[in-house]
Amino acid sequence: MGLTSSSTGFGANEKDIILNPENQGKLIALAGNPNVGKSSIFNALTGLKQHTGNWAGKTVANACGSFIYKGEKFTLADIPGTYSLYTCSKEEEAARNFICFSGCDAAIVVCDASCLERNLNLVFQIKEVVPKTIICINLIDEAEKKGIVVNSHLLEKLLNVPVVLTSAVKGIGLEELKERLLNEVYKTETAEQEIIYSQELADAIILTEEIIKPKINKNINLKWLSLKFIEGEKSMLNAISDFLGFDLSKDEELKLLVLQLRKDLTQSFNKASVSDITISQIIKKAEKTARLVVSYKKSDYNTKQYKIDKILTGKYTGIPIMLMLLAVIFWITIKGANYPSALLSNMFSALELKLWSFFEYINMPEFLTDFFILGIYKVVSWVIAVMLPPMAIFFPLFTLLEDLGYLPRIAFNLDKCFKCCSACGKQSLTMAMGFGCNAAGVVGCRIIDSPRERLIAIITNSMVPCNGRFPTLIAIITMFFVSVGAADSSFVSTVILTMVILFGILMTFFTSKLLSLTILKGVPSNFTLELPPYRKPQIAKLIVRSVLDRTLFVLARAVIAAVPAGAIIFLLANICYNDIALLYYVSNFLDPFAKLIGLDGVILMAFILGLPANEIVMPIILMAYLSEGGLRDYQSIEELKCILLNNGWTWLTAACTMIFSLMHWPCSTTLMTIKKETKSFKWTLISFLVPTVLGCIICFIITCASKIFQFVF
Amino acid sequence: MNDNKEISLNSISVGDKATVKSLKLCGEIKRRLQDLGIIEGTNIECILKSPWGDPGAYLIRGAVIALRNDISSKIIINTLEV
Repeated sequence: MGLTSSSTGFGANEKDIILNPENQGKLIALAGNPNVGKSSIFNALTGLKQHTGNWAGKTVANACGSFIYKGEKFTLADIPGTYSLYTCSKEEEAARNFICFSGCDAAIVVCDASCLERNLNLVFQIKEVVPKTIICINLIDEAEKKGIVVNSHLLEKLLNVPVVLTSAVKGIGLEELKERLLNEVYKTETAEQEIIYSQELADAIILTEEIIKPKINKNINLKWLSLKFIEGEKSMLNAISDFLGFDLSKDEELKLLVLQLRKDLTQSFNKASVSDITISQIIKKAEKTARLVVSYKKSDYNTKQYKIDKILTGKYTGIPIMLMLLAVIFWITIKGANYPSALLSNMFSALELKLWSFFEYINMPEFLTDFFILGIYKVVSWVIAVMLPPMAIFFPLFTLLEDLGYLPRIAFNLDKCFKCCSACGKQSLTMAMGFGCNAAGVVGCRIIDSPRERLIAIITNSMVPCNGRFPTLIAIITMFFVSVGAADSSFVSTVILTMVILFGILMTFFTSKLLSLTILKGVPSNFTLELPPYRKPQIAKLIVRSVLDRTLFVLARAVIAAVPAGAIIFLLANICYNDIALLYYVSNFLDPFAKLIGLDGVILMAFILGLPANEIVMPIILMAYLSEGGLRDYQSIEELKCILLNNGWTWLTAACTMIFSLMHWPCSTTLMTIKKETKSFKWTLISFLVPTVLGCIICFIITCASKIFQFVF
Repeated sequence: MNDNKEISLNSISVGDKATVKSLKLCGEIKRRLQDLGIIEGTNIECILKSPWGDPGAYLIRGAVIALRNDISSKIIINTLEV
């Protein structure tokens, strides 16, 4: 998931860390298929908390952590999950390059005990490059429940590699893993290379090796390198050239030889390419090995899972259940957030009084006191009070779904819709994350392989309302669309809110389609998605992690953005020209345009000033309407409605404000994240413009329609 | 032998099993399928279809993988009699 500790800077380092060879100790690569519990192993070994989720491709960046065992220091690099060293999505290329060229001392390949056969593919491939490889068969407890038994001793004997059975979450086998790692690192003789390939290939490798041997002065497995030259995969050759510092594949002698070998091999095996041959030989080897070491005690070990899946992805049940879950989560979030929000804001007002007397006590000039308290303190405390409770509820719930393994099912259910828009089903996951925080959603877009589809997902992400926009939406819904005092008002507002969100989702589809027809032309790319087994989440860990990694992280960013926003708003509201505050010049200037799209100058200005955090849009509107010098909290929803009605709000203003809140520029944090992810100013600008322009157009159409309607009737 | 008609993976229904005969794909996606263990002779069972019938989810070497129909229609199979 996007907000791993590695991306939040919570203890771990960012992706492009420069490893310091002097105090890193032994460098160990931690590799494995996606979703095999690699991050749990990482956490268990290093104590560094990297958030783990139950869907493929979660580790979006390399995280590094270290631990000391028996006086020896190990640096563990958690590399992105990968199925093989052959394919190269953006993430997998990073994984491949790290394993092949980082010169790590050893590699731990984490395998899923229930799916050993496929995991062994990767083991064989890594073993070729990194001689000191340790197999860590994880999730052993889960496999046990399914009646799957792995004979680790036999596997160890067959492959000549240390094999450790672990369950990271239960703490089984970790000490043994460290012990074996220590032994392996200090082993001087390298194990006999396991024979994977047929005689023809082995001969070809020897021939090539003879040629490249005198030309290479770096420490790398020549047999493996030879095979890569024979295969001649472009991206691999490029990576090799980068590593060697020169392009060996241009060497005439080598070129002639590999061309001949390629021709002979593909002919005698009747395959399209040499890598087809090597891959199928590796897979067959893995199949054979797995057959020997894995035994199944129950033949129906997965039927329960499939039964659940049949309901959750069923033709008539899948989508309704998904919508219901969505609604339930929002309902819990909204309902549950009210009380703690009120509590927090009471606390902050009490503190505010103390601050007043404190500033008075130290004789602070009046203007500065106002600046700090009415400007900065008010905005910051507002952001915390409004934002913290819903996030502290939403993120654990979201993490719960994630850990259960439900999220990939959402992608599975909705993929067809995304395919129609030439986008990727995984976009639904980044959207789901966007409900928490759009910046988090944008980071999460890394799980989408195709660059085109990733851009679509990034540009459209802000159309799902994040936590920061929910309070505004909910307040408007309660005021204008629910009859006051109705017994089921919270139910009605939840339904309306869900409809607003569905509108946002529809617009996401529409925009995705529009983008793929215009600036991001292309056909839907290949889509493969693993549906991992459902797992029992660990509630306590889940709460701690989601609060620390996500909630506090997002909150910290919001607070950082709120401080300058508070200052600017205060200055605008209090610096006067001709006795009129600057704020009103701005809002009057914006008014004619804003009226066209059903808003007024104040609302539009509030959205502009709310760029750092959408939470403060409503308070700014109030402040401007009431001509006050500081942000204005509202005591009751009735009072708020009264203020708004007095300032000319109609249901049209309310509807347009809601739509504009759904579709305008992403907040500054999200924009910065987009810039970082796309590394392009152009795409950041487009991400800014696309939702804004669409939002303006839709509001304009609604406004015109209602004007015509009023005129006719 | 009147085995002229090729059967593709997308045509089997939930619960059916099949063996891969050939992959009519090339490039990146072929590699990806190979990584997931789909080569000639691999056994595949259709586990689920999404609410819209596309994509389908298949049991491949112990893992459940969702494939869109445009891909699974290019995986030629032999059906296994159950």
